[in-house]
Amino acid sequence: MNSAGSGMSAPANRTERAEFLPLAINPALVERILIGFIQDEVRKVGFQRVVIGLSGGVDSSLAATLAARALGPANVKGLLMPYRLSDPRSQRDAEAVVRQLGIDHEVVDISPQIDAYFARYPDAEPARRGNKMARERMTILYDQSWGWQALVLGTSNKTELLLGYGTIYGDMASAVNPIGDLYKTQVWQLADALGVPTAIVQKAPSADLWAGQTDEVELGFQYREVDRLLYYLIERRYSLAELEREGFARSFIDVVMGKVRDSQYKRRLPVIAKLSSRTIDRDFRYPRDWGH
Amino acid sequence: MSDDHRLRVTLAQMAPALGDRQRNLEAHRGWIGKAKATGAQLLVFPELSLTGYFLKDLVSEVAITRDGPEMQELASLSADLDLVVGAVLEEPDHRYFNASVYLSRGELRHIHRKVYLPTYGMFDEQRYLASGDRFRSFPTGYGRAGILICEDIWHLSTAYILSLQGVDLMICPSASPGRGISTDERLGTAESYALLCRTYAQFFTTFFLYCNRVGYEDGANFWGGSMIIGPNGDLIQQQEDADEALVSATLNLGDVRHERLSNPLLRDEKLELTVNELRRVWHERTREPY
Repeated sequence: MNSAGSGMSAPANRTERAEFLPLAINPALVERILIGFIQDEVRKVGFQRVVIGLSGGVDSSLAATLAARALGPANVKGLLMPYRLSDPRSQRDAEAVVRQLGIDHEVVDISPQIDAYFARYPDAEPARRGNKMARERMTILYDQSWGWQALVLGTSNKTELLLGYGTIYGDMASAVNPIGDLYKTQVWQLADALGVPTAIVQKAPSADLWAGQTDEVELGFQYREVDRLLYYLIERRYSLAELEREGFARSFIDVVMGKVRDSQYKRRLPVIAKLSSRTIDRDFRYPRDWGH
Repeated sequence: MSDDHRLRVTLAQMAPALGDRQRNLEAHRGWIGKAKATGAQLLVFPELSLTGYFLKDLVSEVAITRDGPEMQELASLSADLDLVVGAVLEEPDHRYFNASVYLSRGELRHIHRKVYLPTYGMFDEQRYLASGDRFRSFPTGYGRAGILICEDIWHLSTAYILSLQGVDLMICPSASPGRGISTDERLGTAESYALLCRTYAQFFTTFFLYCNRVGYEDGANFWGGSMIIGPNGDLIQQQEDADEALVSATLNLGDVRHERLSNPLLRDEKLELTVNELRRVWHERTREPY
């Protein structure tokens, strides 16, 4: 195992990914908190198990690794849900994680239902198809969670949650998310330290909605750059002027702030028209862990 | 040194269930039984140990009253050892307080109502709770004590006020959620509390008991790290991790005197000067008409 910031002999791009010190983490501490989180939030509501969608990417691989350590491999089930245009490497990588962790898994090809649906809408653009696929996977995970008496484990990281780079009620849906407060560059550090296969940690992140797609090309910037900006913007609440003084281009700041603002709805429950004096989530406020 | 100069103190670093007072009361009985078996004379529970912390609208549902049956039941548990228990206290005028009560020999001896209610970031206490209006010390069988709840100790004046009342023992029940990850082995919150508690102990030459809870509520982790610190600032005992545990030490109460003889900070403290200067500052700050 390699701890963040100490790996002088680690491959170049790993140290490069961890070079921004304010987002460097102590992996042992974070692992301990997240394992406790999974154990506590799953078990106290009466469950022992989780199901998780495995894409072969670093986020779901890390979440599965944490879950297997927290609950035991027998209590974690990975769902591999490829579409016929998915990169075959994604499934191979996901299977490598399954083998490494010794967890149960099932492959559910979502092509038949997706193709049957889009036969009605042959002109649907890739993003629309991608959203439908994400929601198809979500319904499968929630069905599995019923069948296996398990909770759905979330795999969205903080960077994509802030940027809205996910499908609402699709991959953003879950019961319990252990990695939603870790930026992508922190996910890399923790995954590396926990022994997620190097090939998975180092490959270009992709939603795998079409061949050759990568997050960073689609977003138009690198995770390393945007995490640095998000750190100053979100964690430190720097003003626009301060961000520019920190060396960020105004155009880059505008694009990122726009994404954060415009995706706020994805991070909230649907807006409810207020009529009574105790409206859910506005003035009817109870903790989620009510009674636990 | 006679036995009455020693105090076997225990901190119950436990994880209350959120909004389930009955279950927590049972848990208290369990911890009290275990602590008694190890000879504890004073057992401290964390902030809101009877209810859990992020209560929101549950505050009114889990509250107890000063004269109610729940308080009597708690008091009855203090027949053989002194207790500090955290609860939501409803006053007759229906204000709700985040309180820690000191119980001894079957009776309620002191109530501290949390004064500094954090209402920023992840905290929302002032939305649900009324704020206490005093920092009072009180006598115990083991010297003078004072209670400060969690955020109270982030305001340095609180411990100063208790110190000038001559306390031997500061007790801080806490429900501190951990946050602030870096390359350090401990959370930023844990570092801050360690700094505060040891500073108070050493520079007010008093024993300091910090009892933090553990467990998770709505994804927030409580980091534990409960500490017993001597009047010279030395860490006598600490629970390093966030597991449920009893944290115990036998204190030599004479150490307060020893420390104040070699380090007479309290003797040299200029209360009148402080009061006068604070009054002057207050006048200057309130002098302007708008």
